Amino acid sequence: MNQIRFLEPRADVVARRDEIRAGLANLVPADCLVTEERELVPFETDAFTAYRRVPLAVVLPETTEQVAAVMKYCSERGVPVIPRGAGTSLSGGAIPQEDAVVVGVSKMARILEVDFENRTARVQAGVTNLRISDEVSADGFFYAPDPSSQLACTIAGNIGMNSGGAHCLKYGVTTNNLLGVKMVLHDGTIIELGGKALDAEGYDLLGLVCGSEGQLGIITEAVVRLIAKPEGARPVLFGFDSSEVAGACVADIIAAGIIPVAIEFMDKEAIDICEAFAHAGYPMDVEALLIVEVEGSDDEMDAMLARIIEIARRHNVKRVKESQSALEAAQIWKGRKSAFGATGRIADYICMDGTVPLGQLSHVLRETTNIIEKFGLRVANVFHAGDGNMHPLILYNVNDPAEAEKAEAAGMEILKLCVDAGGCLTGEHGVGIEKRDLMLHQFSETDLNQQMRVRAAFDPGWMLNPSKVFPLDLAMRKAV
Amino acid sequence: MTNEVLTPASEEEAAEIIRETAAKAGTLEIAGGATKRGIGQPFEADRTLSMAKLSGITEYNPAELVLTAKAGTPVAEIEAALAEAGQMMAFEPGDWRGLTGANGVPTIGAVAAANISGPRRISAGAARDGLLGVRFVNGSGEVIRNGGRVMKNVTGLDLVKLMAGSWGTLGLLTEVSFKVLPRTETEATLVIHGATDSDGANMMAAALQTSAEVSGAAHAPETVAKRLGVGAGSATLLRLEGFADSVAARLDRLRAALPGGADADELPEAQSRPLWAQIRDVAPFAGSVSPLWRISVAPMAGHDVAAIVLRDVDGEAFFDWQGGLVWLQLADESDASADRVRAAVAKCGGGHATLVRAPEAVRRSVPVFQPQAAPVAALSERVRTALDPAGVFNPGRMVFHGSRKAA
Repeated sequence: MNQIRFLEPRADVVARRDEIRAGLANLVPADCLVTEERELVPFETDAFTAYRRVPLAVVLPETTEQVAAVMKYCSERGVPVIPRGAGTSLSGGAIPQEDAVVVGVSKMARILEVDFENRTARVQAGVTNLRISDEVSADGFFYAPDPSSQLACTIAGNIGMNSGGAHCLKYGVTTNNLLGVKMVLHDGTIIELGGKALDAEGYDLLGLVCGSEGQLGIITEAVVRLIAKPEGARPVLFGFDSSEVAGACVADIIAAGIIPVAIEFMDKEAIDICEAFAHAGYPMDVEALLIVEVEGSDDEMDAMLARIIEIARRHNVKRVKESQSALEAAQIWKGRKSAFGATGRIADYICMDGTVPLGQLSHVLRETTNIIEKFGLRVANVFHAGDGNMHPLILYNVNDPAEAEKAEAAGMEILKLCVDAGGCLTGEHGVGIEKRDLMLHQFSETDLNQQMRVRAAFDPGWMLNPSKVFPLDLAMRKAV
Repeated sequence: MTNEVLTPASEEEAAEIIRETAAKAGTLEIAGGATKRGIGQPFEADRTLSMAKLSGITEYNPAELVLTAKAGTPVAEIEAALAEAGQMMAFEPGDWRGLTGANGVPTIGAVAAANISGPRRISAGAARDGLLGVRFVNGSGEVIRNGGRVMKNVTGLDLVKLMAGSWGTLGLLTEVSFKVLPRTETEATLVIHGATDSDGANMMAAALQTSAEVSGAAHAPETVAKRLGVGAGSATLLRLEGFADSVAARLDRLRAALPGGADADELPEAQSRPLWAQIRDVAPFAGSVSPLWRISVAPMAGHDVAAIVLRDVDGEAFFDWQGGLVWLQLADESDASADRVRAAVAKCGGGHATLVRAPEAVRRSVPVFQPQAAPVAALSERVRTALDPAGVFNPGRMVFHGSRKAA
């Protein structure tokens, strides 16, 4: 496999390892500091497991003030810092390196305030995504972004990667549901951006911080929007003879003025894999499958589904499966939600995350197939059709280096295809290290230089998550 | 505008002007339709750069739910194109000409640069949420692309958000891409009469806690309600939008959930649409020159902020965004009671107050935008310098440098 490079560890920092570890021990309680080699291993990678680097130390602070003390200490001594949530990044956003201190927020996991009248929750950044919805569910609310990893992933990580999920067609992604943060800058300065008000004062630094992949500071608290739960939600499943027809059906649903909460797409390969695993009752005689979910009261959902089914029939839908009960609804979602796990059972895979304009879906699907065939690989396509966020799962055998290299090369070609179709490299997984060296395919060097100058306004010494997002050999990196 | 006006016909021409201006340490005022010129700290610029020729929709395929236009495109032209395809900008940008007294043509670039969002902000997000991509020229004259034409995008730093609401102080926006949505089939508004401002806030909070998907929640005290033409007494207004059968069902649900809901008046689409357009455009306070504050706080704090200020100063207020957006018009023409307004905001849990309308002399003497905590102000200034190192664009529009009158 082509090794993705990291910055050279700073030799002077590595040489001072013991001194730095001792210094950190003065700043946080003993159980908040990890320095034993064996205990550092779980922090050497994230969900992008092909790359591993053992950090110098891991700090798991309990308070914002402890984070500030650690940041100040590291800043004064030129020690890079890698922010970490739950380590579920698919792009290597949380992979450390030998000269870096990992600052994890997992011990800061309290929900500080739930305010139903203002429809907000103030949480510590290490709280998991799903816990917020769990906390407010009995009172009829939820937190909208729902990444697949929501059981494990933290709000800090969600903010870092501007995470989405299946339901963002209606409710938006993290940046649309985030009202405020408390964060610690590289030098230990604590700042607050936003709050319970709906828009920003001055420049929208909150919007800039969201999706910045831990390069601008460490988030320790967040204020998020809560939304009243719909009365009910119900999916319908459609089977089509071709991906093109399924795509045209999506376009017509939207053209009819209907915005469902979710429109999920699966191709033949994905249907086969998921059905074999989940026994969700998916039709096996179709080439493409859509799961369309609507919300509302029973009457409203009936009316909405009737409209959607009529549109699907105009596209000669081959199979229609309506859910008559919560059990059937769960069954329909079960296959889709187990897609990654089910795929992982039959093969190793890499998951791409490019997003394309809706009008380009058919073209990109066709070209994806061509690319995969050229490399002699298999692909399963599962994605959020409503917002154009593609997730081709490229299947390969991790123990076959030649095949692994092919899979990575095919993935890169698919991402370039997405950009060339007017889209972007990553919709919700982030650039991390995985897509870093493709950034010049989407942006000009001038574009990236501008982004890096803005980055330097927050972190002039390039100390935070330094090997990520921006190609390593850009001159701007050396200029700061 | 008395100084020299430059009207580039292309992005490249604009970039050349900016390079040349930066080289001689000059300054530029950016003008779209110049309908919001009077907002911000008064500032001087050597020349004006007009967006008049950088106009036109560049890409719009309704099935993609995205529209791209050059920044100088009139908002009306965009709304007409959207209406023809049965779509809309979900964030419902207001027309502030009544508010500012200007009679130019508002442009889409200014909607982005000022982050102008209407009543649907509470359910569909702000202009900054709808803005998917930009092209702009930075202060060094370089053309920068950021974001794109897709709804999910975390590729690099999100400079799109940064440009939204930067009032032309970070760069010259040349092209913007907005997410659009299908126009709602119909709408209706429940009007509850006679609630105090505080009860109105409670009612709006209760409505937003139901599953009725309220897409507009405003409260107007008696004098304002009268100008809005919604009958006698104060009016608490709750809008529902969607397909007709769904709106009807949700109206019933909302009535059942609210105290006094059963007796509430119901405005059908023909009256509801113009009503919310008035709220969006701040029509109740149009045609006046009295100082006008736009205050953004937690929804339940809005009525408290207004009450604290109005206890001591003559004026009136109305509330949008479930109470979290306060439009506060004051009779005080000396300093617009700036300290009092900001103290009230701070006392009620924080947020910010922007003086969107005031005579130039007042704007010279008080901070128009909310003063920020020192580290955030310093960070903002570093960010500004990263985009416009020579300080070419709208210099000083967002930062108060003047000293207050001697104590």
